[in-house]
Amino acid sequence: MQSLDINCSWNIRFFHWFLIFSALSFLAFFLFMPIALVFNLAFQEGISVYLSAITEPDAKAAIKLTLLVAVIAVPLNIVFGLAASWAITKFDFMGKSLLITLIDLPFSVSPVISGLIYILLFGANSVLAPVLKTYDIQIIFAVPGIVLATLFVTFPFVARQLIPLMQEQGIEEEEAAIALGANGFQTFFFVTLPNIKWALLYGVLLCNARAMGEFGAVSIVSGHIRGITSTVPLQVEILYNEYNFTAAFAVASLLAFLALITLCLKSFLEIKFSHEINVSNG
Amino acid sequence: MKKIFAVVIAVILLGVGSLMLVNGDKPKDKTVAILNVSYDPTREFYHEYNQYFIKSWKEKTGEDVEIRMSHGGAGKQARSVIDGLKADVVTLALAYDIDAISQITGKIPANWQERLADNSAPYTSTIVFLVRKGNPKNIKDWDDLAKDGVQVITPNPKTSGGARWNYLAAWGFAQEKWGDEAKTREFISKLYKNVPILDTGARGSTMTFVHRQMGDVLLAWENEAFLSINKLGADKFEIVVPSVSILAEPPVTVIDGVVDERGTRKVAEAYLKQLYTPEAQEMSAKHYYRPRSQEVMKKYEDRYPKIRLFTVDDTFGGWQKAQKTHFADGGVFDQLYNTR
Repeated sequence: MQSLDINCSWNIRFFHWFLIFSALSFLAFFLFMPIALVFNLAFQEGISVYLSAITEPDAKAAIKLTLLVAVIAVPLNIVFGLAASWAITKFDFMGKSLLITLIDLPFSVSPVISGLIYILLFGANSVLAPVLKTYDIQIIFAVPGIVLATLFVTFPFVARQLIPLMQEQGIEEEEAAIALGANGFQTFFFVTLPNIKWALLYGVLLCNARAMGEFGAVSIVSGHIRGITSTVPLQVEILYNEYNFTAAFAVASLLAFLALITLCLKSFLEIKFSHEINVSNG
Repeated sequence: MKKIFAVVIAVILLGVGSLMLVNGDKPKDKTVAILNVSYDPTREFYHEYNQYFIKSWKEKTGEDVEIRMSHGGAGKQARSVIDGLKADVVTLALAYDIDAISQITGKIPANWQERLADNSAPYTSTIVFLVRKGNPKNIKDWDDLAKDGVQVITPNPKTSGGARWNYLAAWGFAQEKWGDEAKTREFISKLYKNVPILDTGARGSTMTFVHRQMGDVLLAWENEAFLSINKLGADKFEIVVPSVSILAEPPVTVIDGVVDERGTRKVAEAYLKQLYTPEAQEMSAKHYYRPRSQEVMKKYEDRYPKIRLFTVDDTFGGWQKAQKTHFADGGVFDQLYNTR
């Protein structure tokens, strides 16, 4: 009997280490190695080549455009995410589950489809085309289309982060505030917002990373005009296709930097405020 | 905690502010800009040609002009123009894609191809094979592509103009050799069974072959094949010239609907006309296109392999017919590719 027990625990221990080892080697292979490779290739011709690659006019235009898109898309998503999760978790109304499903829609739709719907909606052969033409508004193959496509794919990030937390927090504190004479805005800014701020920040972080990194949907509506409608991910593709590998990886390294910063901030928030971000950890 | 949160908000605001500053210093000059929507392998040629045109336009008129470029698979690019991408000029891989723009949008007259010399194609090219150094699979001609164990890299004819030239060149070869439709179909079907991946554009396929090291032979534009060898080393690849190939005429045209709306007709027309000047023809030869100008062609004669070339008009009765028979939905390509 005893020998069997030893055998068993040895088996479990072995399995334990096997799992850890396979998870780590998987991470090393699919995560750390590619990132290291990106930086390695970006700097292979020295720092001056790297710097000139990321300060070249087209690259600068791409960086500007990516920042602009994020600066528009992220705040709009904050407003929407707050409003939606506030409505869903603090009130009861008809069609609530339908709204939740709709919020999740961009997660389940391929980014290519997200781009195509805007072409169907605003393209030269769409129903809206005559109206757009009359007022000389260019949506797709221009910055507004890129912003719209980015908005669509980043739609769920903030709301998805807030809804579970706000659901668990319930409505007692808000009820108390209102009973004590606070108005709607006061309740929101002094009671609700402080309770969810870290979760909100966490959602914003993820939303921003996706907004800057989105390729598929943006690629469809961009038109790929160099220096005008190329975001950073699209510029990487252009450079790569022009045999300009070092420059492609230099620009790609900016996205890798963004990913690393996001990762650090994310872990920081997770460690520091885990109970205020996720209900399950609380 | 409140402090940390305040700091984060401040950082975000700072970011927004600096971005606005960066955007604020954009010069508000009134430079005319025209957009050239082109296919994949013209990147290097137009990069050089644009500099030349900008300079000569400034000399001639005193005006500054900016030329914007968009590159991609020809079919995809035409689709974007149809969907509203405001191209002043299109310089695509084949006439059918421009026909499609003309038919669907009505922004180009149907006889657009007669507006410039040589079927509106200022340079031509053909389809050749790029193989790995030493030609390990011993690929000599089109029929070697259908052999077992040979992997062929070619883009998707639905989205890429180059891919359609590849397909028609193979078809033309088979038709000549066997003179029999069933045999030709069998050959094409076998050939495409050997294709592991269909990229959307010619440049994507080149990258798959030269950079990702997939496949034994790349069906490529002649200029793209030379470029691969020049950029990535003659020690890695070599060009195989088949017994017969197709005369590829990549045409150019002004999009009337766009230039009239934007008031850019004059500069757009000059931009295309100048492609026929000796200087531009030299440039096209430098980038391994076959120049139309006989003199320039003579000068560089020995850099182009001698191949017998057939045309789409003679072998397939024109692009309209070729497109309908082979590449339309449910056409011959679909039939053969889907049964593979």
